[in-house]
This record gives sequence, structure tokens and C-alpha cells, in this order.
Amino acid sequence: MAANPRAFERNRLATFGWLALAAYVVYACSRLDFTWARFMTGLDNGARFIGRMLPPNIAQPDTLLKGLTESLEIAVLASFLGILVSLPIGLIAARNLMPPWASWPARAIIALCRSFHPVIVAILFVKAVGFGALAGILALVVASVGFIGKLFAEAIEEISLKQVEAVRATGAPFMSLISYGVLPQVFSRFVGFATYQLDSNLRNSTMVGIVGAGGIGGTLFAAFQRFDYDFVCAILLCIIGMIMVGEVLATWVRGVFLERGKVDEE
Amino acid sequence: MNPAASLPAEPRTWRRFTPAQRAARFSVYFVIVAAIVASARTVEVIPEFLYDAPEQMQDLFRRMWPIAFYHYAGGVHEALVDTLHIASLGTILAVVMAVPIGLLAANNVTPNKVVNYFAKLLLVSSRSVNSLVWALLFVAVFGPGALAGTLAIAFRSIGFVGKLLGEALEESNAGPIEALKAAGAPWSSILAKGYWPQVEPSFWSVVLFRWDINVRESAVLGLVGAGGIGMALDTAMNLFQWDRVAMVLFSIFCVVVVAEIVVTQIRKRVI
Repeated sequence: MAANPRAFERNRLATFGWLALAAYVVYACSRLDFTWARFMTGLDNGARFIGRMLPPNIAQPDTLLKGLTESLEIAVLASFLGILVSLPIGLIAARNLMPPWASWPARAIIALCRSFHPVIVAILFVKAVGFGALAGILALVVASVGFIGKLFAEAIEEISLKQVEAVRATGAPFMSLISYGVLPQVFSRFVGFATYQLDSNLRNSTMVGIVGAGGIGGTLFAAFQRFDYDFVCAILLCIIGMIMVGEVLATWVRGVFLERGKVDEE
Repeated sequence: MNPAASLPAEPRTWRRFTPAQRAARFSVYFVIVAAIVASARTVEVIPEFLYDAPEQMQDLFRRMWPIAFYHYAGGVHEALVDTLHIASLGTILAVVMAVPIGLLAANNVTPNKVVNYFAKLLLVSSRSVNSLVWALLFVAVFGPGALAGTLAIAFRSIGFVGKLLGEALEESNAGPIEALKAAGAPWSSILAKGYWPQVEPSFWSVVLFRWDINVRESAVLGLVGAGGIGMALDTAMNLFQWDRVAMVLFSIFCVVVVAEIVVTQIRKRVI
């Protein structure tokens, strides 16, 4: 018997894959002009930068509080309006309930809403409705429609049609069909999307301010440009705190409505 | 004996939820309504701007049309390729950093609560900071450019990849691991032949999913100076060249759609 000290054969395809990956990394790094020297200078800068960030200093408590409240308001209103708009769109986009001539346009709207980052949408709305919270709300409504609309449509496409048929057999009108045959089947998943979207809107509402769409992002960006790094640090800590509280609340709400509260992230 | 005699005098009312559940549900609904009303009353919205919006929108689209396709070769193509490289390199770097943290966060791989907790804290803090904020920080440290963007993408993705990888590891079946341990396999073999085959499908789908998200996110990093197509967007907007803005947006749209199709196809066929 030939001696075979290796318990497992070497996988040539995998070896080739790793080599290709390594080659890509080297190529991409050279293309993007990453050098070790640049990285090291950066580390020096980083040490100085962290030194200036600490200790965090709340230079303008009023501005900070106002920004945080505004972010929170943007998140709440955008989630509410977004859910309100995305429910009918998601329903129309479900291919098992609607004819193709209705579902394709709805699916196109959802795809369009999903394809742009909320910050880019916020830029367009800042141009349309001016600086301020309204632009942020509208941008996040678009993002919410993209996300909830898509997942809601997918959830509806997976429902059992037997219950729908049973409701239909009683001669129920269309709205009753939806509210007694379809919605109860997707409610638990809907709670998952809605809490997730609130969470995600809260994160994004702290960002849209960078392009002037209201919220704490504007304060953060201004502090950055003034090199007030200790205030930046304080703002960041507040944002992280707010997001963590939001995450805990979202988990709690999911626990109230569902047995096991879990939804895929992003 | 009459069966009705054993029943309580009052007809029993059936309720689906316990009083505690009902109270919890009611309080959630109440808080939601209160939050919406409070936000709607206090948020600063200038109605005059809203009346003006359709006109402004029309003006915007008129300036964007016709799309400046000639601008693609001149300023967009290079930036677009850079964006894709930022997204891909960022994802690779994130995976390299997230795998060890994910291993530390999974309780069955690292049976130490303190280490698990610490790893999870790292993952949560990575996720709580938006990629634009990471980009701002790295621009301050490394200067404007693609390096800051790549690191921002990488640091934002660690939390995502690490969390999902840790969860996949915790759900893996203990049988093969025990068999390998009983055979006296070193820990590297236990990882490579016990855990890896079990988490491989979810690992690749998480990585692909994150790459798709990163393509979208890397498109905006340039707004804070972190390289890629966002820089082209920022320049065009600052110069009010809206036809060029339209070109950039159109190219971002195409790349995002193509990336999503590629990811969906790979997921469908391979995983």
C-alpha cells in the first residue's frame, strides 16, 4: 500500500482560486496606488488624530441635541410614510395576486428605489425641496419603499393560496380577500421588515445631513470640517448610543409580536 | 348528569393573547402613534419649499437632459472601475479581518464567554458606524483617496460578515467536530475539515451579499473625499453640470443593477 500521510487530498482548483485572488489583490492595490509608506504615514496621522479626539467634548450641547432629535424625527416619519407607501406597491408587485401588467411597473418602481444609495437620493431631494429635514424624510421614504416593497412582495409570493381560495369561495370582495386571506399570513414577517427598516432609517438619518438633508449628520460634517475632532468624537458616541438603543427597542418589539424575532440584515 | 352543570355560570370568553401580551401590544401601538404625532408636529418643514418642489424637480430634470454620455470616457470610466476595486478590495479585507473575530464570537468554537462578548462588542461597534462616517475618519487619517474608501468599506463590513459568520458557526452540527477531536486532529484541521464545510455555503452567500451592498456604498464614499465615482459626482454637482451628474447617476445605476444580477445568478447556480 502506498504511503499517504495526507488525510485529505489537496484541492487544485481551490489553490488556483487563492492564487487568482492574491493576484487580483496585488493588481487592485497597485491600481489604487496603495503603498506601504502611505499606510505608515497614515498610522502616524491616526495616532495624532485619536489623540485629538480624546477626551470627547460636547462643545455645543444644544446643536447636538437638536440634531439628534431631528434625526430621530426623520427616521420615525420616513419609516411611517415609507411603510404606508410600500404596502400597496408591494401588494401590487406580488406576481401571484396581480396580473403582469400591474406587477411589472410596481417591480420597476421598487428596483429604481433600491438602486440608489439614500445619500444620493437625498442630494436630489435637497435640490428639489431645499435644505432641511424634508429632503431627508423623502430620501429615506424612497429607501424604505425599495426595501420593504421588495421583501413584502416576496413574502406575499410565498403565501399559501389555499386560504386565499377559501376566502374567495365565500364570495368575499377583493379588499376582504387581502385583509383576511393575505395579510394575516405575512404579518409576522412584516413586523420583522418594519422594525428592521426603522433601525436602518435611524442609521441613515444620521447620515443624510452630510449632504444637507437635516439631522445630526450636518453637525457632524461641520465639526469635521472645523477640525473639532473632540466634538466629532462626542457626536459619534451619541449616534452609536442612539443606534444601540434603537436596536434593543426593535428586538423588543419583534419579541412582542413574534415568537422568534429574526430578520436578515440589510 | 347534565354536562352544563359542570360549566361555570358565565359563558367563557376566548382570547388569543394573555393580558400581558395585550398590554405589550397596546403599548407598542401607542408609542408608535405618539412618536409619529410628536415628530410630525415638531419637525421643521418649510411648506413654501414643498409647493415649489414640482417646479424645482422639473427644472432639475430639464438640466439633466440630455445625459452627457460623452463625459463617460473622460471622467466617469476610471472612477467607476476604481469604485468596483474599492468595493472588492474592501470586501476581501473585511473578510480577512472578520473571520478571526467571527471565530472568537462563536461560543462553540471559542468556549469562553468573555472572549465571545468582547468579539461581539467589536462587531456591533463596526456595524453601528455608517460607512460614510468610517470614510470621514479614514480621510482624516490617510488623506483623501481610495485608501480611505477601501478601509471604510472594510471596517463597516467586518461587523456584518463577522456577525453572520459567527451565527452560522454556532448553528453548525457538533457531530463531525467531535469525530475529528476523537481522531486527535489538530485545531487547524478541526476548523478546516469540521467547521468550514458546514459554514461554506452561508459564508459565500454572506460575502456575495456584502459585496453587492459595498458596490452601492462605495459609490457615495467619494462625497466625503474617499475616492471612486462619488468624487466625479461631487465635482459635477459643485460645478452645477447636471447633465454630467445624470451621466454619473446613470452609470451607478447600471453597475448596481449588473452587480445585483451577477450576485443573484451566482447564488442561484453555485450556492
